Amino acid sequence: MKTVESLGSSLLASLEQTGRTFLLLLIIAYRIVQPPYNLYPIVRQIYFIGARSLGVIVISGVTIGMVLGLQFYNTLERFGSVDILGSAVALSVLRELGPVMTALMVVGRAGSAICAELGIMRISEQVDALECMAINPDKFLVAPKLLAGIISVPLLTCVFSVVAIFGGYFVGVVLFGVSEGSYLNGMIDAVVWSDVRLGLVKSLIFGLLVTLICCSKGFYIHLTKSGSLGAEGVSYVTTDAVVISSIAVLFSDFLIGAIL
Amino acid sequence: MNKINVQLITGIFVVIGILSFSYLAITVAGASFVEQPGYNLSARFTSVSGLRPGAVVEGAGVRIGTVSSIEFDPESFEAIVELRINDGVLVQEDAIAAIRTQGIIGEKYIKIVPGGFEELLTDGMQIYETESAISLEELVSRYIFQTEG
Amino acid sequence: MTQETAIEIRDLVVEYGNRRILNSIDLDIPLGQISVIMGGSGAGKSTLLRSMLGLKKPTSGAIRMLGTDICTASPGQLQEFRKQMGVAFQGGALFTSMTVGENIQLPLRQHTRLDENTIQIMTRIKLDMVNMLPHEHLMPSELSGGMTKRAALARAIIMDPKLLFFDEPSAGLDPITSAELDELIIKLKQSMNMTIVVVTHELESVFKIADRIAILGDGGLILAGTPEEIRASDDPRVVGLLNRTPRQVNVDVDQHLRRLSGLQEASDKK
Repeated sequence: MKTVESLGSSLLASLEQTGRTFLLLLIIAYRIVQPPYNLYPIVRQIYFIGARSLGVIVISGVTIGMVLGLQFYNTLERFGSVDILGSAVALSVLRELGPVMTALMVVGRAGSAICAELGIMRISEQVDALECMAINPDKFLVAPKLLAGIISVPLLTCVFSVVAIFGGYFVGVVLFGVSEGSYLNGMIDAVVWSDVRLGLVKSLIFGLLVTLICCSKGFYIHLTKSGSLGAEGVSYVTTDAVVISSIAVLFSDFLIGAIL
Repeated sequence: MNKINVQLITGIFVVIGILSFSYLAITVAGASFVEQPGYNLSARFTSVSGLRPGAVVEGAGVRIGTVSSIEFDPESFEAIVELRINDGVLVQEDAIAAIRTQGIIGEKYIKIVPGGFEELLTDGMQIYETESAISLEELVSRYIFQTEG
Repeated sequence: MTQETAIEIRDLVVEYGNRRILNSIDLDIPLGQISVIMGGSGAGKSTLLRSMLGLKKPTSGAIRMLGTDICTASPGQLQEFRKQMGVAFQGGALFTSMTVGENIQLPLRQHTRLDENTIQIMTRIKLDMVNMLPHEHLMPSELSGGMTKRAALARAIIMDPKLLFFDEPSAGLDPITSAELDELIIKLKQSMNMTIVVVTHELESVFKIADRIAILGDGGLILAGTPEEIRASDDPRVVGLLNRTPRQVNVDVDQHLRRLSGLQEASDKK
C-alpha cells in the first residue's frame, strides 16, 4: 500500500513540476515583451553559457570528429567507398551529433550552474529581496538566462559541427590519406541546406529546453520537498535538473527527427 | 570580471559562432538558398531512383549544375527533374541526360552527353533524350532470367 | 506622540496547507516610530513579516499599509507600493554576483532614470550612513556578518522608503556589533523619519530601540503596547518571555512514559 501511495505522489509531483515549467515559459514570454529592456544581463549570460563553454565544445567537437573519421574510415574501407567519408562525417555531425552533444555539454557545464545559482538565491531569500524591491524576479533572473540559452546553444552547435568536420578531416585526410578533394567536395555535394536547418532547429529547441528545465528546477526549489533541506536540497535539484534535461534532449531529438 | 572584458569575450564568441554558421550554410550546404547565375532545364525520366535534390549535374566529368527539384507526374507516371545549369554552359537540343552512379554504392548524379544539333536549349526548355537510373538489382535479375531462358 | 497608523492589520489568518500559523491577528503599527515584533521560535513572527511584505498571501483578513490593502492589491499596485518600502533580510540576501556598491544601486538602476554620477553619490551617502563607505567594492562573500547586515540595510534605504522592515537585526552577531546596529536603527528613525518594523527575539535590543512592542505567541497576538506597558504586564507568557523562563508544558506522567516506550500506539489499537 505504501509503495503505491509513494509512487502516486511522486507521479503527481512530477506532473506538477512539468506544469510549472511550462507556465514559467509562458510567464517569461510575457515578461520579455514588457519594458524595460535591458541588454547587459543577457550579454552576461551569453558570456557564461556560451563563451565560457567554447573551450569544452571545441575539445569535444574535435574528439567526436576524429572518432567518427576513424570509425567511418574503417567501415567504408571494407566497401571501397572511402570517398564518401566527408559526407558521412558531415551529415552525422550536422543532423545528430552536433546538436545533441553540444546540448549535453551545456547541460553539464552551464545548466547545473544555472540551477544551483537560482536554487541558492531562492533559499537565501535573494529572490524575496528582489520581489520586495519591486523588481520582478522572473524577468530579472530567469528571462536573461532563457534568452541567452536560445542564442548560445545554436552558436555553440555551429562551432561544434565545424570543428568536428575538421577533426574528421584530420583523421581521414592527414592520417589515412583520403584525398582532400573527395573529403571536402563529397561533403559539399552531399550536404544540403535542409541538413543544416534540421541541426539548427534542433539546437534552438535544445537550448530552450535545457535552460528552461534547469531554471525551473532551481527557481522553484521552495515548492518541492528539497526546498527545506538547504544546501543539500540544492544538490538534489541540481542532480535532477541535469538528469531531466539530458533525457529531455535525447527524447526530443528523436521526436524532432521523427516529425521533420 | 569587469564589464568591458565580459562584453569583449562575448562579442568574440558570437562572431566565432556566426562565422561557423556561415561556413556551414554557405560552403558546406552549398548555399542552395542563394541563386547561382544560371538557367533552368527540365527532363523526364521513367525512374530517378536514388537521385536527390541538390545532386550534381556533370558534363565530361565536370560539375556544370545541380538538380533543383524532383516531381512526380501522375498522368505519365514519370519523374520531372528540374536542372539548374550554370551560365555559359551550352546544351544542345539533342543532348542526353543520363542518371549515373559514382562507384557501386555512391551518389547518383546526372550526366549530360552533348548532342550534334546546332540549336541550343534555353531557359525553361526540356531535354527530350534521357536515360533513367540503372538499377543494379534489375540488371542482375535480368541476367539470371536470360541465362535460365 | 502622533498616533497615525502606518500599518493596520485586521483579523489576519495565515495557513500553510492545513496548518494554521497565524490566528486572527489585529495590530496597528504607528507612523514614524520603531515597532518591534517579538516572540519565541515558531510563534509566527516570520510568517507575519512575510504577509506584510506581500510574499505570503493570507487566508483571510486585511493588511492596510499606507492606505493600500496589499491582500487585495493588483500586482501593479503592489509593485508601486513596494517602491516605498525597504527590507533588510535576516541573512542579508545580497546578490553574490555583484559588489556591495552594485547591490545597493540595483533598485535605483531599475526604478529611476538618474544619471551615473547621481547614482554613485547616492550610493556613497547611504554607505556612509551605515559606516560601510570603505567597503563599496568588496563582494558579499568577503563581508563579515555585521557588514552584511549593514550593507543589506543600506540597500533597503537606498530609495528613501517610508517603511523599513528589518528581520532579526542581531541574529548571529556579537553583542558589540548588534549594539552598533541598534544605534543605527535609532539614527535612521531620527534622521529620515521612517516607520521601522523590526522582527527579533533579542530582548536587550528590543527595549533599547522600541517605541512599541507586539508580542506573538502560538499564532496569536498576546500583547501590544509601549515598552512600559509590556514590562508592567502580568501575563505569564509575557513574563516568561521577558525573564527567559522555559515554557511550562503540562504533561501527564503516565501518558508521557507510554509515548516514550512506544506503548501508546499499541494501546490505541486495542
